[in-house]
Amino acid sequence: MSEGLYSMEAKDFDKTLDLTKIKPYGDTMNDGKTQVSFTLPVPEGDEAIEAAKQLMKKMGFENPLVVYTKQLTEGFTFFNCYGSCTHTVDYSSIYVPKVESTKMDMHECDEYIRENIGRKIVIVGASTGTDAHTVGIDAIMNMKGYAGHYGLERYDMIDAYNLGSQVPNEEFIAKGIELHADALIVSQTVTQKDIHIKNLTELVEMLEAEGLRDKVILICGGPRISHELAKELGYDAGFGVNTYADDEASFIAQEMVKRGWK
Amino acid sequence: MQKSKVGLDFEKVEYARGIAKKIADQVQDFVGNYTTVAVERTLCRLLGIDGIDSNEVPLPNVVVDELKSKGVLSQGVMFFMGNAVIETGLAPQTIAEQISEGKLDITKLPVHPRAEIEKALQPTINATIERIRGNRLRRENYIKTIGEGSKPYLYIIVATGNIYEDVVQAQAGARQGADIIAVIRTTGQSLLDYVPYGATTEGFGGTFATQENFRIMRKALDEVGEEVGRYIRLCNYCSGLCMPEIAAMGALEGLDVMLNDALYGILFRDINMQRTLIDQYISRIINGFAGVIINTGEDNYLTTADAYEEAHTVLASDLINEQLALLAGLPEEQMGLGHAFEMDPMLENGFLYELAQAQMIREIFPKAPLKYMPPTKFMTGNIFRGHIQDALFNMIGIWTHQGLQLLGMPTEAIHTPFMSDRYLSIENAKYIFGNMKSIGDEVEFKDGGIIKNRAKEVLDNATTLLENMQKEGLFDALEKGIFANVKRPKNGGKGLDGVTEKGENYFNPFVELMKGKK
Repeated sequence: MSEGLYSMEAKDFDKTLDLTKIKPYGDTMNDGKTQVSFTLPVPEGDEAIEAAKQLMKKMGFENPLVVYTKQLTEGFTFFNCYGSCTHTVDYSSIYVPKVESTKMDMHECDEYIRENIGRKIVIVGASTGTDAHTVGIDAIMNMKGYAGHYGLERYDMIDAYNLGSQVPNEEFIAKGIELHADALIVSQTVTQKDIHIKNLTELVEMLEAEGLRDKVILICGGPRISHELAKELGYDAGFGVNTYADDEASFIAQEMVKRGWK
Repeated sequence: MQKSKVGLDFEKVEYARGIAKKIADQVQDFVGNYTTVAVERTLCRLLGIDGIDSNEVPLPNVVVDELKSKGVLSQGVMFFMGNAVIETGLAPQTIAEQISEGKLDITKLPVHPRAEIEKALQPTINATIERIRGNRLRRENYIKTIGEGSKPYLYIIVATGNIYEDVVQAQAGARQGADIIAVIRTTGQSLLDYVPYGATTEGFGGTFATQENFRIMRKALDEVGEEVGRYIRLCNYCSGLCMPEIAAMGALEGLDVMLNDALYGILFRDINMQRTLIDQYISRIINGFAGVIINTGEDNYLTTADAYEEAHTVLASDLINEQLALLAGLPEEQMGLGHAFEMDPMLENGFLYELAQAQMIREIFPKAPLKYMPPTKFMTGNIFRGHIQDALFNMIGIWTHQGLQLLGMPTEAIHTPFMSDRYLSIENAKYIFGNMKSIGDEVEFKDGGIIKNRAKEVLDNATTLLENMQKEGLFDALEKGIFANVKRPKNGGKGLDGVTEKGENYFNPFVELMKGKK
């Protein structure tokens, strides 16, 4: 089904980069080449391939190519496809809200806290609600850290408390009060049916109801969390994939200084 | 004497095993004198009590809560239920219904002699024993007639939340080559102190474990097993606050594999240690009798701690799990002791360390159908590298003759598996298992090399850890955080109020009938 090693398609499109109209890059500017895989609930065969091609066209791909099919079970076929994307995006007009702090490593962070706050800051973290996953909160809190980034427990100037998983929001807040937390970190891993949104919203509402929302820096993190989403839900910051303990520590320390907390 | 490919000193292994036995014996001295609400509900289920009341409370909970609120739980369900059968002439199910309707108080009936009480329950008990034995024979007959996959069994999970959608996914997986289907439980079920009832179609990150869901999936797997000419095993989760109840439900419905760890709930779910250790004993007696392979959860230590530095905690826990299982009469052939491929992929020679550990565990537990867990912690969303990490994991699985290979998915850390993710993973495993089939018989490791040194190091560290735990006793060791760096107070955690010392009338004939029996 493949068309061989060399693409014989004519390349008669404009090959100059225009940031107001970007599209995927395969091996030539503006070729739009994209790989897509999906499963359709139909039996394998010529009709299935045709269906996949038509679907690719509706998705906005020119010259759709079905390079591999496999019937997964009766009535379900898996496809690997390639096509040239016809849509473009204006990159030059994009604005994404970001966490506005300078990232410091552990030592810089400790030093910054020592100089600007002059005491240990208290951070309480938990995976809340019914979420049983500790992997996220452990990566941030545990001494060992993750991927070479030490966890908050190792910071000289941070008292870090990891409450683990399946912590009810009530208990999380109570512990925060008891420990005089400067910041609360919530980890959410399970996102089926948007359970994380419900849970994160509930925490904000409870903090507001108790008049505590302004007294703590509130952060959430997880693989499906973005800073934008976090702000929308009423958090001070959100940390998604490829962020580590030092990102969060830097933000908390600088935010405390900004707010004039000692 | 067994010859070790990784240069293990088997005298050292037996020494470590001996310490683990002492640790387990100390636990057993405690366990024998206690029962729990979960154990008593289990006995209700084994007496055929099922269903829910008008508030959807399961009848086993109704009966046990009644005894608990009257302060007589220590005498046990068997005593009161047997006595009520004599007095009313009704079956346990009808008695439970009458309790739920407030028509009967079984704690206020005239008490009959113990021998009569036991006799009154005998027909019900025998029927349950025969049903469970029948399920076991049915499985053995299937394996004899239509056969089974070769080891390592390909183990996949389904987790749609809807049991009927799970069936579609599970049957597709079996057709693609899976040997074991695990239905992941909904998030949070381990902390419910009851088992939900009936077929369920809503769950978060998994599907409720209910007896009806077990039945639906068992039937679906038997159908597809006959179609593909391979018995397909069904796995669920016998952990959390309903550990022994789930074991009973699985035994009644012909499940084949159960997650069933003695320490996991304590360390990772903050379930009270007394509660879990009592519950695991009864659950393992049932699993043993039902021919169910248990899986232990050592892989979880490595998702929290570093897989290289904490490898010895896995071995130490495997040894303790083995001894506790033996005390419950569960044979080695049913011990799916756990370990995992969880080192940082950027660690130089990580593959060699993983290989050393997998071979070491294989040799230390030669009869056990070891459960080997795939990479999860360092799966990043880069599905292309993830597929290669899973390939390396599969190489070690076939190389070291693992029993149950829990297939990694390239989309781990992104979503619960798509149908196509499972296909790609099964294809990956089958390719490697075929292409590298005999590598374990062909390759030997050099003396003084990385692999032999690693195996020795892990065994030595595990032995030291076990020595420390034995000095303290398991309960105190858990309190001090000697194990897995997690501290759990003996009287803390969830479920302690469901623990009761056995009273003078307490009896549980199922222990005698099931423990170490077939």
